Amino acid sequence: MAKHETPLLDELEKGPWPSFVSDIKREAASRAKNEKNVEFQIPAEVCEDLLGVVELSYHEGETHWKHGGIVGVFGYGGGVIGRYCDQPQQFPGVAHFHTMRVNQPSGLYYSTDFLRQLCDLWEFRGSGMTNMHGSTGDIVLLGTTTPQLEEVFHELTHKFETDLGGSGSNLRTPSCCLGMSRCEFACYDTQAICHEFTNVYQDFLHRPAFPYKFKFKFDGCPNCCVASIARSDLSFIGLWRDNIRIDQEAVKAYIGGEIPPNGGAHADRDWGKFDIQKEIIDLCPTKCMWMEGDTLKINDKECNHCMHCINAMPRALRIGEDRGCALLLGAKAPILDGAQMGTLIVPFIKVEPPYDPIHELIEKIFDFWMEEGKNRERVGETMKRFGLAKYLEIMDLKPDPRMIKEPRANPYIFWKEEEVPGGWDRKIEDYRSRHQM
Amino acid sequence: MAFISSGYDPKNPMKDRITDIGPKHYEQFLPPVIKKNFGKWLYHEILEPGILMHKAESGDEVYTIRVGTPRIMSVSTIREVCDIADKYCKGHVRWTTRNNLEFMVDSKDLVEPLKQDLTSRKHTGGSYKFPIGGTGACMTNIIHTQGWVHCHTAATDASGTVKSVMDDLFDEFQHMRLPAQLRVSMACCVNMCGAVHCSDIGFVGYHRKPPIIDHYHLDNLCEIPLAVAACPTAAIRPVKVDLPDGKKVNSVAVKNERCMFCGNCYTMCPAMPLSDGSGGDGLIIMVGGKVSNRISDPKFSKVVVAFIPNEPPRWPTLTKTIRQIIDAYSKDAHKYERLGEWAERIGWERFFEKTGLEFSWHLIDDFRDPAYNTWRQSTNFKF
Repeated sequence: MAKHETPLLDELEKGPWPSFVSDIKREAASRAKNEKNVEFQIPAEVCEDLLGVVELSYHEGETHWKHGGIVGVFGYGGGVIGRYCDQPQQFPGVAHFHTMRVNQPSGLYYSTDFLRQLCDLWEFRGSGMTNMHGSTGDIVLLGTTTPQLEEVFHELTHKFETDLGGSGSNLRTPSCCLGMSRCEFACYDTQAICHEFTNVYQDFLHRPAFPYKFKFKFDGCPNCCVASIARSDLSFIGLWRDNIRIDQEAVKAYIGGEIPPNGGAHADRDWGKFDIQKEIIDLCPTKCMWMEGDTLKINDKECNHCMHCINAMPRALRIGEDRGCALLLGAKAPILDGAQMGTLIVPFIKVEPPYDPIHELIEKIFDFWMEEGKNRERVGETMKRFGLAKYLEIMDLKPDPRMIKEPRANPYIFWKEEEVPGGWDRKIEDYRSRHQM
Repeated sequence: MAFISSGYDPKNPMKDRITDIGPKHYEQFLPPVIKKNFGKWLYHEILEPGILMHKAESGDEVYTIRVGTPRIMSVSTIREVCDIADKYCKGHVRWTTRNNLEFMVDSKDLVEPLKQDLTSRKHTGGSYKFPIGGTGACMTNIIHTQGWVHCHTAATDASGTVKSVMDDLFDEFQHMRLPAQLRVSMACCVNMCGAVHCSDIGFVGYHRKPPIIDHYHLDNLCEIPLAVAACPTAAIRPVKVDLPDGKKVNSVAVKNERCMFCGNCYTMCPAMPLSDGSGGDGLIIMVGGKVSNRISDPKFSKVVVAFIPNEPPRWPTLTKTIRQIIDAYSKDAHKYERLGEWAERIGWERFFEKTGLEFSWHLIDDFRDPAYNTWRQSTNFKF
């Protein structure tokens, strides 16, 4: 017998998509039964009460979680999100329901040993409910009480060799696509740099020193599977500078219909026979491809690496061999003054350990933002406030036409005095000697 | 329930303390075939919806079965995932950035039994535990936020709206018949945790009433200057208020006609709640964003439905409206064309005509300078 009636949530057990209600009920039943005699360190009925409070929200159309609460582990200013229920008498099991963000391994691969240990820990010291994964990429452990925070942290660091992730005005947990581990498009090792940077910048990750949050995201190619260009303050997007490698035999096989285009991604609809002119050459944004007989030609100098032809013919076309990444700064969601995409500040840089030139730039970005950024101003907003030209100068980066969509349409240039012959100090007497009043 | 110590001593927190170690190194989690062929992959194929084959230079093949999850996952279900991974995948498994699970096997012979096994597992309520799909020109898993399950600013539920939409469009998860991939995201308020602002379709929890001011608690809970500064439209000002008991307190006042319901004041000051279950709160729908650089530049999503009411538990208006958009796109777009590219090609006037969505003043941008550039400044439109 369930502790709370949940007629509205029960409706969400129907239908084919995996039901989160069924899953919470599953955990509630497992805790009620407690076959392994776990000495639960938080109330056994936590999942029952979670269902109860969510059902109440479904009736009333309002959330019942209180505004944060300053809880955490000693010495860290992030990684724990305090959460309290505003109906604790009715739902004592979730009166405290704090979240812990646990730093995920790069690429989100796991061994079952690790996962099972994590499950045992979270059943014992938490609600048994998780998010795999949170929006930023962390393993999210949902719901525990204040006294358990240090205990979980102690076990994570001592037994799991794993640390908490970021929250608040910290460096947020860096994340990456799966990169070279299983993708032929990866232009650099996203997992290696993500892991390395997570470790190098641990202090920023755990101790708030910034005006606001800061995110690193690593995309192996311009397909942007971790959305770095939209979601990270510093976005790393893999690129090549040389030529796309062509296997002309495979090109012929695509044209002949022996290999389905786009890896077979359109298989469930009849789009007609593959037409290389219509589907590849005409869709190329720079029109740098053409056929000579049955040979595909590419003027690589004009290619802008959009990935369409490579995505569409992965067996015939491969990324080039002179690889690195572009750096884009300042992406964010609309809160508060509107959404921003990342702006290109470095068109190409090699991504090779120990990554010294990248660290040098990051140091400048952090220093300037920590000095000049206003409270709750993302780095992209600081860059916007100063202007791209000024920002590049401060960062010691050379302006490049690749960094803009178009030149300015107004003439209001802030010339510098040293750029103008003779400087700005002029005598009115000299002027009057040439022009009467 | 006796307290059991992990070894941590609250009187001496620094004793044996381990900090700043970061995550466990990913290399120890890679399946053998992945580790062996790291950086040496030749190409991939999608054999059928949800099943990928990656071919390495060595000739090795890895077969991946992708399944959807609701992101919220109990330890009981994770243990079941581990049982499956132990049986078929040598004890390894991974998640995708869109909350799908991937089971990888190094032999084609294992694909069919694993597929059967995954499909046979259902929750007590009848839903699939591990539905296979989410590849190619399909609608893959919806990225979403916490909603009423865990968030204090949520204007709607995340898991429930996502479940309702995914149930309705389940066929699109399991088939690759759309013109291109369709990335759908959900955020439970306009803070937009997740990449809602650059998705083909995003639905976002939304408040429509100015904050209620809790004069009794405000000065104790909030820094008034921070609350005032939090407002992007300068609608908040400090005031002194006489409480009914005769006490005079410091508080704030809100010019309601200047409020754009962003909720930034509530983020800074818990004594200014916005949520409203009596018809104020609901959702908006945004479309046409993308993060990929393929063919055209990445794009922001645009608001095309200014309000959809909260209709728990199954949000019928939301699911119907999203289906309407997808049906029009699916019917009319060219192969490889993302939703935003389609809308730009046919023009937004046609977009509203073809989707049957109503256009109203709410959809015309009036926020800050960039709004001007979204108004038509040419005669290149269609009748």
